Amino acid sequence: MSLITGLGVIAPNGLGVKDFWNATLTGRSGIGELDRFGTAGYPARLAGLVTGLDPAQHLPGRLMPQTDVSTQLALIAAQWALDDAGVDTAAMTDYDMGVVTANASGGFEFTHREFNKLWSQGPEHVSVYESFAWFYAVNTGQISIRHGMRGPSCTLVAEQAGGLDALGHARRTVRTGVPLVVCGGVDSAFDPWGWISHLAGGRVSVDPDPATAYRPFDTRAAGYLPGEGGAICLVEDAAAARARGVRGYGEISGYATTFDPPPGSGRPPALRRAAELALADAGTAPGEVDVVFADAAGVPELDQAEAAALREIFGVRGVPVTAPKALTGRLLSGGGVLDVVLAVMSMQEGVIPPTFGTASVPADYGIDLVLGEPCRAEVNTALVLARGRWGFNAATVIRTVESWS
Amino acid sequence: MNRELGIDELRGILIACAGGDDDALRGDISDVPFDELGYDSLALIETAATLKRDHGVVIPDELITEVQSPGELLSMVNDRITA
Repeated sequence: MSLITGLGVIAPNGLGVKDFWNATLTGRSGIGELDRFGTAGYPARLAGLVTGLDPAQHLPGRLMPQTDVSTQLALIAAQWALDDAGVDTAAMTDYDMGVVTANASGGFEFTHREFNKLWSQGPEHVSVYESFAWFYAVNTGQISIRHGMRGPSCTLVAEQAGGLDALGHARRTVRTGVPLVVCGGVDSAFDPWGWISHLAGGRVSVDPDPATAYRPFDTRAAGYLPGEGGAICLVEDAAAARARGVRGYGEISGYATTFDPPPGSGRPPALRRAAELALADAGTAPGEVDVVFADAAGVPELDQAEAAALREIFGVRGVPVTAPKALTGRLLSGGGVLDVVLAVMSMQEGVIPPTFGTASVPADYGIDLVLGEPCRAEVNTALVLARGRWGFNAATVIRTVESWS
Repeated sequence: MNRELGIDELRGILIACAGGDDDALRGDISDVPFDELGYDSLALIETAATLKRDHGVVIPDELITEVQSPGELLSMVNDRITA
């Protein structure tokens, strides 16, 4: 059994689990105007921005010149997760600790800066650290080096679905006998090059009002906003956690990933299949699910497709659905992991956070979207969904930890 | 002939290239091994690139990855400046 025993959160609307949870319940948004470069003339300027965190205050000076901001955030989140779990990594065997992170963008800002030097000053001005600072696998590598974790490790790239895939792979790693895996996802790409890449996807909302630009499942939904940050978790074998006297936040009880059929095939998207396979993997019937944290694309046809999958699995308005990511934007690999954090907090606190921003859901969606304010509910089982651009789907079932005795 | 480089200038270059504003870099670091200072081979390659770019001193990769301490690197640099 794989338990989540530590949480490290860096979200646009909150630093650390408590701050993020409070923001999620009170509707404090992390959406703001991008001000890191001149954005005049860009069709969209709103994003979920991590503020109030100076990485240099949290990381050794040696790491600063060799890391992109996304890696700095991942390293800090990993440290917070380890602190939260109370694990003494120095006392553990290096091969007993693995690292599995998802990353969708790599080190965009760092690379933009070095490429700028390359074309304006010449190759001898480019940092030697560009050799790995750009790389998707660098977050896994830097966490592994910093904490001396030499167990089975890898990196997964699946756009917004990747974070859930990382947790799923962490569970798989624990099953092979590794007692502890640091896992999750963090992304940031808000330099001019990164921003253009977000916009080129064609689904970013051009609504200039931060309160309405990203309102998933709303009748007026008109796209999403990108966000930065994410979450790193500690996943431990239940026996190892119990040996430390740790109960854990929740169990990763089910996981599945699927890929969509090619456009024009006439076959349905594979999100429903991912959810059903994850529930089957968990041995959980749809009726036992207390809440669904939706992918919540914010694009009408995608919202409609997700609503259809939920109706087919749970029946019309068959389960409470929520999308707190309206307050953060879509964080790519960090998105699904933040939802898992909220799922375990919902269990702990007996509250389902609402979907702020969304006001009216089309009746034909047939989903019970939690709106307006937090909803008191006993939550023992949560289903978390994520879709990545170009066909990735992932679903994770999180369950409360059963009593030890 | 170019001016020789001092240990404090080299300290500044090391910090600019590979980070480190901590106690380990204060005081006399001439004979402290790079390992203990927390600089790996990549940090030294970055340092060599800066020495070449800003000081015109070429230290080949096979030498820079073998050098053990700031003092040793400093003599290597100054030998080339005065040569």
